[in-house]
Amino acid sequence: MRAANVVQLGLKELWSLARDPIMLLLIVFVFTVSVYAGATVLPESLHTAPIAIVDEDHSQLSERIIDAFEPPYFLPPQLIEQARMDERMDAGLDTFALVIPTGFQRDVLAGRSPAVQLNVDATRVSQALTGSGYVQSIVATEVQTFAQRTQERSLPAAELVVRMRFNPQLTKTWFGAVNKVIDNITLLSIVLTGAALIRERERGTIEHLLVMPVTPFEIMASKVWSMGLVVLSAGLLSLLIVVRGWLGVPLAGSLPLFATGAVLYLFAATSLGIFLGTFARSMAQFGLLLMMVLLPLQMLSGGVTPRESMPELVRTVMLAAPNTHFVMLAQGILFRGATFSVVWPQFLALLLIGSVFFGVAHARFRSSITAMA
Amino acid sequence: MAGAVGGEGAGLSSAVIKLQDVRLRFGATCALDGISLDVASGCLSGLVGPDGVGKSSLLALVAGTRRVQQGRVRVLGGDMANPRHRRQVCPRIAYMPQGLGNNLSPTLTVNENVDFFARLFGLGRAERRSRSAALLERTGLGAFGARPAGQLSGGMKQKLGLCCALIHAPDLLILDEPTTGVDPLSRRQFWDLIASIRCDHPTMTVLVATASMDEAASFDWLVAMDGGRVLSSGTPAELLQRTGASTAEAVFIALLPEARRREHHPVTVPPLPPGDGQLAIEAIDLSKRFGAFLAVDQVNVRIERGEIFGFLGSNGCGKTTTMKMLAGLLPASSGQVRLFHQPLDAGDLTTRRRVGYMSQAFSLYSELTVRQNLVLHARLFQVPEAEIAGRVLELQQQFGLEGLEGALPGALPLGVRQRLSLAVALVHRPELLILDEPTSGVDPIARDTFWQKLIDLSRRDHVTIFLSTHFINEAQRCDRISLMHAGRVLVSDTPAGLVRRRDAATLEEAFIGYLEEASGATEPAGSAAPTAVATTEQSPLETAGFSLQRLGSYTRREALELIRDPIRITTAVLGSLFLMVVMAFGISMDVENLPYAVLDRDDTTTSRDYALNLAGSRYFIEHAPLNGDGDLDRRMRSGELSVVIEFPPGLGRDLDRGDPVQIGAWIDGSMPTRAETVRAYMQGLHGQWQTDRARRALGQPMPLPPATIETRFRYNPDILSLVAMVPATIPILLLLIPAILAALSVVREKELGTIVNFYATPVTRLEFLVGKQLPYVALAMVNYVLLTLMAVTLFAVPLKGSVMAQASGALIYVICATGLGLLISTLVRTQIAALFGTAVLTILPATSFCGLLDPVASLQGAGAVIGAIYPTSHDLTISTGTYLKGLGFSDLLGSFASLLLAVPVLLGLSVLLLKKQET
Repeated sequence: MRAANVVQLGLKELWSLARDPIMLLLIVFVFTVSVYAGATVLPESLHTAPIAIVDEDHSQLSERIIDAFEPPYFLPPQLIEQARMDERMDAGLDTFALVIPTGFQRDVLAGRSPAVQLNVDATRVSQALTGSGYVQSIVATEVQTFAQRTQERSLPAAELVVRMRFNPQLTKTWFGAVNKVIDNITLLSIVLTGAALIRERERGTIEHLLVMPVTPFEIMASKVWSMGLVVLSAGLLSLLIVVRGWLGVPLAGSLPLFATGAVLYLFAATSLGIFLGTFARSMAQFGLLLMMVLLPLQMLSGGVTPRESMPELVRTVMLAAPNTHFVMLAQGILFRGATFSVVWPQFLALLLIGSVFFGVAHARFRSSITAMA
Repeated sequence: MAGAVGGEGAGLSSAVIKLQDVRLRFGATCALDGISLDVASGCLSGLVGPDGVGKSSLLALVAGTRRVQQGRVRVLGGDMANPRHRRQVCPRIAYMPQGLGNNLSPTLTVNENVDFFARLFGLGRAERRSRSAALLERTGLGAFGARPAGQLSGGMKQKLGLCCALIHAPDLLILDEPTTGVDPLSRRQFWDLIASIRCDHPTMTVLVATASMDEAASFDWLVAMDGGRVLSSGTPAELLQRTGASTAEAVFIALLPEARRREHHPVTVPPLPPGDGQLAIEAIDLSKRFGAFLAVDQVNVRIERGEIFGFLGSNGCGKTTTMKMLAGLLPASSGQVRLFHQPLDAGDLTTRRRVGYMSQAFSLYSELTVRQNLVLHARLFQVPEAEIAGRVLELQQQFGLEGLEGALPGALPLGVRQRLSLAVALVHRPELLILDEPTSGVDPIARDTFWQKLIDLSRRDHVTIFLSTHFINEAQRCDRISLMHAGRVLVSDTPAGLVRRRDAATLEEAFIGYLEEASGATEPAGSAAPTAVATTEQSPLETAGFSLQRLGSYTRREALELIRDPIRITTAVLGSLFLMVVMAFGISMDVENLPYAVLDRDDTTTSRDYALNLAGSRYFIEHAPLNGDGDLDRRMRSGELSVVIEFPPGLGRDLDRGDPVQIGAWIDGSMPTRAETVRAYMQGLHGQWQTDRARRALGQPMPLPPATIETRFRYNPDILSLVAMVPATIPILLLLIPAILAALSVVREKELGTIVNFYATPVTRLEFLVGKQLPYVALAMVNYVLLTLMAVTLFAVPLKGSVMAQASGALIYVICATGLGLLISTLVRTQIAALFGTAVLTILPATSFCGLLDPVASLQGAGAVIGAIYPTSHDLTISTGTYLKGLGFSDLLGSFASLLLAVPVLLGLSVLLLKKQET
């Protein structure tokens, strides 16, 4: 292998990209607007949950309960008739419908422990789970304070003090922003290398390289370093300017350590792109392959939902995906301030996965290029 | 037809085309610089001139496929800048763009291609059949009706292109370099065909652009062009007389401005000095098989050092494949290649340094400048760094590239690009040059200059040159030539030897003789006898308004292309099923198996009892206890533990005493949603533990709470993520794949050039878009049915509501999804940008803004706005509503209304943004 060839071919890739304004525009777009919109769209914990209340009691207590549902957690409660409740829930207008029965206040004061009914639209799983907890605690608190005015009760003896580490307010933007950056790094590194390989093949330029004293290894290595560099710079800039600056997310750990991890990840992801490029015979086929790979990578890497809740099989299979390790590494370093002694297994895994993709792509390279001719 | 009229003066009234001071600029370059000319009706007129002088642009303006910038272009009695006139005359014009079969669909058969055009021009069933049969019969393609166009030879492709152009009996036929890259036999057949068709339709005007003066000599009237201007016009005889030249090529050169003429020197070939018997290339019984197709059949070639060796043959006869094998690009199926007496080894880099290769199509980097291309290749060939600058300068001078070092190759005329390619192939001073049709599409002057270089290289530097060509005068200059046909070498000899052997007058005659003999039945000659193309009274073609037939024509074509790409269909169908499984299992809100550990500073029965309570929960999994703050910090940072319970010292004692105590729970907040769930679980377990403890201590239950809350989880009582998630994945899957396929389908036409059919035929923007969209809507609906089946069987999600409502929702929605793809396709030019753009503009909104995880009503910022209007949100409501809530049409009116509104908006925007002409 000649390092000079790798450098020259890599510079060529950079020139090609620099002369493609639409691609540049899209790159800027995904690392700024897309990250910002994606990060801020997630409601902070429970946010403006739509709730309707059927108040059949019309008492002082029921009014206190109604008033207790406030923004930003809930939209102002809709006061509705019992008859309209089902219809509204069917149409998806309300996630929660609370029914306060007749004589509620009277029964509370008489110590009869009456029940309020909370209907939850369980198709909205995430809001249903968190929100019903909120509703329960709001109702309980209101009833408790109301009841305490009339009778003394002892406080519970043991108190559970919950402290959130690494993100005390559970600000979802922190999590969302870093995740979006990771997703875009994945998308770009696969598209830039894989689609560029197919384009070179369609134009015959790759074929031209193969008659020169240049090896497939050098061609591949040049794509990995040049496109990796572009995505790395864009990703780090996005992290510093958009995530830390614009969105104000505090990044806990060492950025150089993260950058090192990102380099390894880019090696794996760009190799994956080339790997896919050796399989697709046209851009349309590559597009389908891309969707087939990208979506599972994003959904199952642990960046959207925690890995613990996935079936065992999925978890095991996803250990072969570079994303999984990068998400672990990024969350560890950026949120929990993890050091190399903690995240080295992920570094190792990325290196290994990248080498496998690179190796297989390398073995397929020449035959896949000439098969197209 | 010596009496044909044209040019200034006589017969203006019968002029079909009148151009007045037409100008055209592409950015800073001026393509046409004040062209004024008239073309008379019924004659065969030719635009001749070197490459890049504006011939193609002029033809595109006349055909109405390019927007008029300046000047007046009147065709068939109206102004081509006027859209209404263009629409009216469009069916009377036929346009065949440059390139071999560029406007044909390679996967469609011959019959299907003709049929596609016939439908676009609104021909009725019977007419279509009779006309296409007559035309195919006449061009000799009748026997090949079922063969895909991509598998035809170059000459046959051009004949098919002509059939497609003539199917609607046009009054004006525009041909842009129709015989470039076509072998001499096919070329002759092509012009015979044009002549016989003109006999039947004496009123038809034919306008041809060509760089070949031999061809032009037989035209009625010629316009010589250079630098975007008309140099001269007249009948060939007039031009000969005017210039005093003897041959057509000489006329061409004589007409050029002084400066360009001086560049030209007649090519002379010094005889080949006797060789030393050293072989540069030797191919022994070389064969190549692609599947069942034998592309190259036992080819034997021996080329001596310093020789110029020519390869001739019809298109698709295996020349390119052979050359690729010799260059080491393709492995041979059998046989052997020896370069410089060594067996060829694809991995051997030193041999490659001795070879220069130039492929048929331009394959340098169009994003690099001329200089950058030269320098890059010099470095890759390991020209010593100190010599590079000098070598590059030398090549620039030799190949007339001075002053162009900063230009991008895409902006250069074809001839200049070919010179650059040759310069690049020579940058490392190779001993052997393999050139695949290096002069195809290059004008005579540039070709001669090019050849002079080759001859110098061979005779002066003893470089061996192996090239393929279609030009007989080039073959004449070779030391030896081989004739190839259908994968076999027919004969190898010196040009003179071939003429002698065949007893022919010229090399061309000898060549055609060999080919005719060899092809016999395989290559159609076309019947010379004019079997009158059915001239049934043609109903005036309906072009106004909306035509279902034209729309259907595009739908048929797109569907056929899709069906012929089984990989695309299977990936699209199986892919969405696979993705459904992935998403259904992957996105889960049930947080389970949470790893926790205990930091017990108390270590009494009380704290152990609490820990035991936690260990019994199905939500938590216990990890080894912590032994201090340092351990806690490290293991939480590593992400090993989601939650840590910390018991303070003296917990049991204080509790028994009734003193207030605090139990600490440290939750990893880096995943906020998970942390919230953990908090809720912890609070629940804590409450439960307290109740149990109170009951055990007092021997009676805790006093009743002041009130209780009965929570009913509706629609999905077990709050299983899987059941809720499956119906929600369907809209996402129905968006991503159809959108990307629809987007690529249009952009692909832009990249491959078939979009010219849309410019040149009466099809409207709406017909074009909807026509291309329908097959993908159908494919998406197949997907929908399979996804639904999988949801109710494999995932056992009950479909409680109206199936009709759900299916109608899905149908409207996939129209939106493909419409979104079309909209993106109108904005981008390259497939790679379409791919990237569609991925960016669908994945994020669909997975984050449309209520998959959080309802749209609770979103905020720009995402909330996008979520409110994005079609996925509405189909998500319909899908979950019909699956889980048992709803029907009447319950979902709002969502249906929003989806229905999105259809015309998306389509309308696409129609507005799509250009019916090239700008």
